[in-house]
Amino acid sequence: MRWFFTLFAALALSGCGYNDFQRLDEQTQSAWSEVLNQYQRRADLVPNIVATVKGEAAFEQETLTRVIEARAKATAIQVTPDTLNNPQSLQKFQAAQGELGSALSRLMVVSERYPTLQANQGFRDLRVQLEGTENRITIARNRYIQAVQAYNVLARSFPSNLTAMLFGYQTKPNFAPQNEAAISAPPTVDFGKK
Amino acid sequence: MLLLRQIRRCGLSLLLFVCLAGAAFAQSLLPVPALTARVMDHTGTLSTAQLGQLEDKLAAFEQAQGSQIVILLVPSTQPEDIAAYANRVFNTWKPGRAGLGDGLLIVVAKQDRKIRIEVARALEGAIPDLAAKQVIDDVLTPHFRQGDFAGGLDQATDRLIALIRGEGLPTPATTPAPRQGDGGVQWMDLGVLLFIVLPVLGSLTRRILGHKLGTLATGGAIAALTFAFTASLVIAAVAALLAMLLTFMAGTPLGSALLAASQQRQHHGGPWGGGGFDGGGFGSGGGGFSSGGGGDGAGGGASGDW
Repeated sequence: MRWFFTLFAALALSGCGYNDFQRLDEQTQSAWSEVLNQYQRRADLVPNIVATVKGEAAFEQETLTRVIEARAKATAIQVTPDTLNNPQSLQKFQAAQGELGSALSRLMVVSERYPTLQANQGFRDLRVQLEGTENRITIARNRYIQAVQAYNVLARSFPSNLTAMLFGYQTKPNFAPQNEAAISAPPTVDFGKK
Repeated sequence: MLLLRQIRRCGLSLLLFVCLAGAAFAQSLLPVPALTARVMDHTGTLSTAQLGQLEDKLAAFEQAQGSQIVILLVPSTQPEDIAAYANRVFNTWKPGRAGLGDGLLIVVAKQDRKIRIEVARALEGAIPDLAAKQVIDDVLTPHFRQGDFAGGLDQATDRLIALIRGEGLPTPATTPAPRQGDGGVQWMDLGVLLFIVLPVLGSLTRRILGHKLGTLATGGAIAALTFAFTASLVIAAVAALLAMLLTFMAGTPLGSALLAASQQRQHHGGPWGGGGFDGGGFGSGGGGFSSGGGGDGAGGGASGDW
């Protein structure tokens, strides 16, 4: 009798997507780890970039401080497993990282004005690494978005949503460009005055 | 009633419109071309001889080292950024060996004047972003500026091949050959049979058919199953005898203890753990070429322009 019950439960649960929930949940977790990993990589690059740029005399101070502050803010946010399931904290995390990203891209644009910096091999290498990291961040975020999408579809489509209800699985919040207008506006570069 | 129907029809057509618009939007990205050769020129830049020479070099490298290098020349990657396009193509084609994922893709967008070297995660150690960028800056950009596409690609692949060789990846000669079919005995399946199927089947048949008949029936069933799994009469006979013994004794106190012990053993994993090894298939054997199905591109590599 016990055998029957076990067998039945195993079949019933896998039929209702219980195992799929576990698999997809694990997938979102690992995709999220990759996102964090790449953000960390970027944050680790910033001190080197700042140090190299500081060597340039008369580099625009305001841009530099913005990068430093944005990095401090982004790394100050504690990421807990709760961040993933809480739309507000995810949004806060995303906003902080977005700010660091825009501060860095602004720094890169401004650096075009300094020929000695452009000729500096160390700075050029850092630039390549930053570019690679930004690419990786984009891909990691894309993968996370897809993983969350798969999970949410399962949690909301018919037979499996009953399982979700039974076990209390909620849909997960996803990445979304919050400041779309700010992202699409190019940074203004004024070559007129120095 | 009529109003309701109209509203519904209106809603449906709206939905259809939105769906169609969505499909049209999704199609605005360039489709990934089919992978037919190691060097694919969709711009008509390289001559047949140049194509053949590059192809031969990359094929020889793949034979010797195992890693796959693929080159794609397209007119443009618009509206996508070349990095995003290259990553999409890379993850569709999956160059590199299945287990290792050591693939590399060079994309040249001729009208955009952009280059991208997309490196699989497994090769990021051999070719970090900086090394890829150096290949672009030192070799590809100068050659491409002079319109020498074949020469640039030739020298760039030489540099990349040297970098991959330095990494010490397993060569095809040292990689264990993929197992031929499943003619061998699958110990894992046997374990499952003995420790999971047998107790269930045994207790069932004994309950339904009685002690002696049930034992016989279990033995027969196990023999049939084992024969189906292993295709060996000897193993089937041994398994059947074992099964009958175990099932018969399950009624006695000693048998129950044995059974319980066997189930505990099963929880600890037991000695049967022979996981199968799936070697990556090589598509380079015959005249055609196909991807080894390995690479996972996580954004490694570098972009450049000329």
